Amino acid sequence: MSAPAQVAVAIVSHSPEIARGTAAMVHQMVGSDVRVGYCGGNADGGLGTDVETIRAMLEDVWTHAGVAVLVDLGGAEMNTEMAIEMLSEDKRAGFTICNAAIVEGAVMAATQASTGSGLQEVQQAAEDAIG
Amino acid sequence: MAVAEGAQELTHAIGLHARPAVKLTQLASRFESNVRLRVGADGDWINAKSVSKVMRLKARTGKTLHFRAEGDDADEAVAALKGLVERGFGDDTQ
Repeated sequence: MSAPAQVAVAIVSHSPEIARGTAAMVHQMVGSDVRVGYCGGNADGGLGTDVETIRAMLEDVWTHAGVAVLVDLGGAEMNTEMAIEMLSEDKRAGFTICNAAIVEGAVMAATQASTGSGLQEVQQAAEDAIG
Repeated sequence: MAVAEGAQELTHAIGLHARPAVKLTQLASRFESNVRLRVGADGDWINAKSVSKVMRLKARTGKTLHFRAEGDDADEAVAALKGLVERGFGDDTQ
């Protein structure tokens, strides 16, 4: 067996700029080695979320170690849940949506992931986050 | 089991803020030993490998960070962490 890969982080915002900016903060603060996927905006590029865009991003960022997902507001969470449901069964279980603020949670999750922690610890770090 | 302790004053201009906290947690996690950290000699010990706990310390410049490690690489862990603080986290741009 090869060494287990690090847990990845996925960011889903209503705003493409927030998604991109959050990912940039994670990379600047935690390092470029952390695997981060992000998306934001509806199908027309406006504010909102799009199930198919989220599904494609999640598919891309998936790793065996799992993926901690950070979302911003209600619709983002609902559409992310739908997008996860659309993934194949073996991948679906690897995603967990964290109950955390998107920026703080993403940085905390990525930091914990960078230390080689498992998905549960990564989720816990995100959910312990404070501003 | 080896136990090591050490302390280092925070001279970094902004104290133990977000990015230094991230670096400290990442460094502490490289060691097998249990590594704990407190601010000042009478602060509460916290797990130095937990980013949320380290970030919550919000230790300011001039405070002293105390490290305590227990495990086979305890000496190395404390030396490395003191070094990180002494160097100002290798980063003073934030």
